[in-house]
Amino acid sequence: MALLVDKLRPRTLDALSYHPELSDRLRSLAQSGDFPHLLVYGPSGAGKKTRIIATLKELYGPGVEKIKIDARVFQTTSNRKLEFNIVSSVYHLEITPADVGQYDRVVVQELLKEVAQTQQVDLGAKQRFKVVVINEADHLTRDAQAALRRTMEKYSPNLRLILLANSTSNIIAPIRSRTLLVRVAAPTESDICSALHLAGKKEGWTESEVLNKRIAKESGRNLRRALLMFESIYAQNEKVTDKTLIPPPDWEALVALTADEILAERSPARLLQVRARLYDLLTHCIPPTTILKTLTFKLVARVDDALKPEVIKWSAFYEHRIKLGSKVIFHLEAFVAKFMRIYESYLMGMDF
Amino acid sequence: MAASFFNNKARAAAAAASSSSKSKGGDNKEDSTRLQPWVEKYRPKTLDDVAAQDHTTKVLQRTLQASNLPHMLFYGPPGTGKTSTILALAKSLFGPALYRSRILELNASDERGIGIVREKVKNFARAQLSQPTGLDAAYRAQYPCPPFKIIILDEADSMTQDAQSALRRTMETYSRITRFCLVCNYVTRIIEPLASRCSKFRFKMLDNSAAGERISNIAEQEGLQLEDGVVDTLIRCGEGDLRRAITYMQSAARLVGATKPPAVKDADDDAEMTDAGSNSSIITVRSIEEIAGVLPEDILDALVEAMQPKSGGSVYEAVSGVITDLVADGWSATQLVGQLYRRVVFNEAIPDIQKNKIVMLFSEMDKRLVDGSDEHLSMLDLALRIAGVLRGD
Repeated sequence: MALLVDKLRPRTLDALSYHPELSDRLRSLAQSGDFPHLLVYGPSGAGKKTRIIATLKELYGPGVEKIKIDARVFQTTSNRKLEFNIVSSVYHLEITPADVGQYDRVVVQELLKEVAQTQQVDLGAKQRFKVVVINEADHLTRDAQAALRRTMEKYSPNLRLILLANSTSNIIAPIRSRTLLVRVAAPTESDICSALHLAGKKEGWTESEVLNKRIAKESGRNLRRALLMFESIYAQNEKVTDKTLIPPPDWEALVALTADEILAERSPARLLQVRARLYDLLTHCIPPTTILKTLTFKLVARVDDALKPEVIKWSAFYEHRIKLGSKVIFHLEAFVAKFMRIYESYLMGMDF
Repeated sequence: MAASFFNNKARAAAAAASSSSKSKGGDNKEDSTRLQPWVEKYRPKTLDDVAAQDHTTKVLQRTLQASNLPHMLFYGPPGTGKTSTILALAKSLFGPALYRSRILELNASDERGIGIVREKVKNFARAQLSQPTGLDAAYRAQYPCPPFKIIILDEADSMTQDAQSALRRTMETYSRITRFCLVCNYVTRIIEPLASRCSKFRFKMLDNSAAGERISNIAEQEGLQLEDGVVDTLIRCGEGDLRRAITYMQSAARLVGATKPPAVKDADDDAEMTDAGSNSSIITVRSIEEIAGVLPEDILDALVEAMQPKSGGSVYEAVSGVITDLVADGWSATQLVGQLYRRVVFNEAIPDIQKNKIVMLFSEMDKRLVDGSDEHLSMLDLALRIAGVLRGD
């Protein structure tokens, strides 16, 4: 049984329920025959991927939905072998070069050249070019991005790139100047409500409007998360009412618990206890940035206004350290210790 | 005999002939040029077409007529015409028949480690000149075809140090039959021994009038209707990079050209262009800004307003509200930092001493974003700390 998110995923541009102007733009681009390289950016759960798949379908017809997964082996200059998965149809390829870490340049160079040098196989295809969709383009190394530059210009008759990214900050300027930037904003809360309403109707669930609104608010304008919450609520409860509790994900509950503990007592002993919790979260593969961010916003909500900027400041500081450093737990713990210190000194009214 | 190839009269005739033959070729390839990016389509064909780099082109013209070229190093910011210049030069030197055998173009998308320098570059540099056969006198009159090959190393600043040092001796040994042209953004990344072997050409940032002329020229040839101020917006968003400005214009043209309904661009942007509905094929200022990813002024206004010190209360709620929306709408943090910076620095109402502190914050934030920090936290931190400075602590 597929999840709602997958089952109800819109397949065509017409079926997309929000940002109609954006859909129109993509459609007109697809129909004009003069399709540019795209750089699609927006927060997660905003529907970037869905929109792109729909656009591809508009470009090539239903053939793009017949996909297969290949495992290819690439060889680096130092003769290391890299396993790499490629999702492809006759018309397009989908790759996540960030999977191979620092060797992404090899993949990008070899694969794109190979694709670009071969013509479209299917003679009846609507377009002469193939499309390569690159996921997580903001995680590409500088080298790989530099390698993309000239490839984009040189092979433009046979190849179009669609880059998907969460933000454009890490994309080098030459790439940005060669692509058409498409911003996909997160759906508004009312957009989410109507999407939930539609999903509920299709499944034949009795729903409550107030609950939908609460879910939309809780999801932080992330449609995927909203749908998942929606589904889990209906899976857990026989009958839903306006007041049905929205169960937070386990990890979020644990972070909330940790925040409570930190606020309740500021001592080295407590720090030790918190460390166990942090390790617990990390071993369950929760990304450190997510832990830190969630913890910060849970803490900030509970402290005095005067302290808030200070907490945010240190949180941003240690988040940066996490990105630069190699051992995550140090920086998470340092943040907790720092918070304990500033909170304690604020309560006692003196500087430590 | 060779001397006759290089005299000025022949060159002048050649230029005329080449431009006419170019246009003829263009007609045949009507279909393929239609789908070309404008950047490629309007790439300067001859040295004279290169915009606003008078000094460089003049020197190059002269070295051309003297039938000899030094090794060259082109450097300057992106989109100023470095690659265009060397390609135009190579074309007018060798013409289509010899171009393939005499030019080796390598760039960062090709493998360019030390192995390649040792093998591919060296082999090409070492190869004896192929004597052109079957070329009639007219061709020779049109193109000087000097007796050397050119190796173009595009984006040379991304070559490794080792690869660069491997080039040193190669450049000298084969200088009789091979010229090198290095193209890069940052001359400091080129090792000194290489740089000293080349004559350097600095490509300066395009000034607004030259860029504007080029843009309006292309718009005219493509038959675009531009709203007032679009050219200025393009130049501003392009930040001196002509290629970027042209790409933006092409994207905008694609969007408005093919759509039937009024060219209203943004999904959830309240301050929309009010006059966009009048004619669908006009490119508006707002559409350019949207393509360039520029934040609308009213969002910035809201943020600046939220950062102002409040009497009694804290700014946290207001600021965090604005920032959360910003993140959800997918605006880029780098763009925000850039635009906010301009807002703050050119604001006369903020005392200089506070500006000093704020500029420090911007520098730190930029570093963080480049390092890949979380955008939400960074932006919130920046906004709150600026608010703190404005309050005066």
